[in-house]
Amino acid sequence: MNLLKLSGSYIKTKPLNTLLNIVLLALGIAIITVLLLASKQVEKSLTQNSRGIDLVVGAKGSPLQIILSSIFHIDYPTGNIPLSEAKQLSRNRLIKNTIPLSLGDSYQGYRIVGTNYEYLDLYQVEVSEGTRWEKSMEVALGAAVAQQSGLSVGDTFASSHGFIDDGLNVHDDQQFTVVGLLAPTQNVVDNLILTSLESVWQVHDHDTGTDTTHAEANHEHDHKDEDDHDHENGHEAGGNPHEHDETITEEGLPDEGDEITSLLVQFRSPMAAVQLPRYINERTNMQAASPPFETARLFSLIGVGVDLLQGFAYVIVIIAALSIFLALYNSLKARRYDLAIMRSLGASPPLLFTHVILEGLIITLTGCILGILLGHGVIFIATQLYARPGQLGLAAGQFITEELWVLIGSLVVGLVASLIPAVQAYRTNISQVLAER
Amino acid sequence: MIQLQNISFRYSSDSDSFQFPDWSVPSSEHAVLLGASGSGKTTLLHLLAGLLRPTNGQIIIGDQDITQLKSNALDRFRGRKLGLVFQQPHLLASLTLEQNLLLAQYLAGLKQDRKVIRETLDSLSLKHRAKARVTTLSQGEAQRAAIARAVLNNPTVILADEPTSSLDDENCNRVLELLQNQARRHQATLLIVTHDQRVKEHIPHQLTLAKA
Repeated sequence: MNLLKLSGSYIKTKPLNTLLNIVLLALGIAIITVLLLASKQVEKSLTQNSRGIDLVVGAKGSPLQIILSSIFHIDYPTGNIPLSEAKQLSRNRLIKNTIPLSLGDSYQGYRIVGTNYEYLDLYQVEVSEGTRWEKSMEVALGAAVAQQSGLSVGDTFASSHGFIDDGLNVHDDQQFTVVGLLAPTQNVVDNLILTSLESVWQVHDHDTGTDTTHAEANHEHDHKDEDDHDHENGHEAGGNPHEHDETITEEGLPDEGDEITSLLVQFRSPMAAVQLPRYINERTNMQAASPPFETARLFSLIGVGVDLLQGFAYVIVIIAALSIFLALYNSLKARRYDLAIMRSLGASPPLLFTHVILEGLIITLTGCILGILLGHGVIFIATQLYARPGQLGLAAGQFITEELWVLIGSLVVGLVASLIPAVQAYRTNISQVLAER
Repeated sequence: MIQLQNISFRYSSDSDSFQFPDWSVPSSEHAVLLGASGSGKTTLLHLLAGLLRPTNGQIIIGDQDITQLKSNALDRFRGRKLGLVFQQPHLLASLTLEQNLLLAQYLAGLKQDRKVIRETLDSLSLKHRAKARVTTLSQGEAQRAAIARAVLNNPTVILADEPTSSLDDENCNRVLELLQNQARRHQATLLIVTHDQRVKEHIPHQLTLAKA
């Protein structure tokens, strides 16, 4: 027999009440845990994915949309920008480097991103099998893509136009070849199919205006003859027809070409953060979007919902605390005699105090641990139900230090809830109680 | 040994003061404290048990003046040296019989010894009920269990508060016999506080408190 067992025995005598209190508390804690995990993990994934990118330049439109489409690859691009303008901008003295992106196609819902090798360096991606893309129409698969699609080095596939795998608008005549698999990075690259800018152009045949309407499934797309692939813009010096062995751009921007979707910009000096966005937005037909600014804006937008839900969770926790307090308070009336008997058996007042506090703590601790597990369970189910959770950066198995604070916080709640009943137990006047017959 | 010297007590500063006669019960003797309701016998019992503190005087139990003990030491002394039996058994309903006895050892700060518990239960014909929930015990069993709890820690003094009042003659005799047997077994001083005149016939050493 010890105090823990004793307090536990009292909890067991009212199982339904205890269950209610534990479930109530667990529910509140679970909501708090889910919000904590989701916001922490999404925030981490956001900063991880935008690391090293000072500015994104895209077509005029919503800057948030530019960030979402070009860094996190979850929204549609705002349109395309002319390569010539991009090249002009890249020569600006405030800019250290630019990485071009060209979007438009997908395979099984995984986006195909035309870029250069600097994109790999930006995210520090290693090739785990095979090589990087070296010719047009060669691709390297992100780790999650390779795992989920089952494609491996040497396989070929045709891309779908747009970002939704609807089986329509498949570019049957243009087959991509997998030449490499990328090592897992825990960021957005895992869910991308990377290739050269030239591949994307080749598939789309430099069809200007195409990219602005990517989202439209019924978009009309000209599949011209091979011969027509030699086009007016002719980014091949010789003007030869497109071949699969076409040379590709490994660094910087291609010498010739028509349009790209966006440009990831790295500044040379902090001054650029002040001058460059204004210059781009006012003097060019392009739109500049700052990743930290836009993610902060995104968070402030969804923050209202998060705050509301969090407030709701706190209300539940407070009600749970109140319920625990009432349960203890009421049971203590019935237990006055028990407490007096314990005193007559040698228990000191502090011991009775601890005994009652312990009862509150056992309930809150159980509820809290259950709530945290429930929270992780919800994240786990969410990651199972929704496709490609990796894109959100959610992982059910991760525990964060904030959860320790949730645990400590809920213990404080339990302490407060049982404080008044415990003081009453401490003050039990044994002589008076025993004299009551 | 129980010794009362010059004890007075008042519940609050504006209430009447109880003045108790000097009295002593030698070691291992059995005695009965009689008195009508309102004579202060429950007050005296609580003073003896250290549940109340006298305004004046000395209460010596064994060789300890318990009025000198600090609150913590008094609680400990009560757990180890005193065995209390009440009119109602008052076992803790959330525990089994054995757990009730383990609790008595735990609260007294003594080693939790199941062997001692088994022996004590055996002496009160309760061994087979050790694992029973106390709510399933019969009235007689519960009364014996309460006695078992009082004598478990080998007390110097057993204080019984109206142990027989609600019982018929047969059961009254049986309980008195049990108390006396157990007191002898543990060589404890037994003091029964009661208004039940039947107890007089069994225990010659008496003190009758007059109504104040």
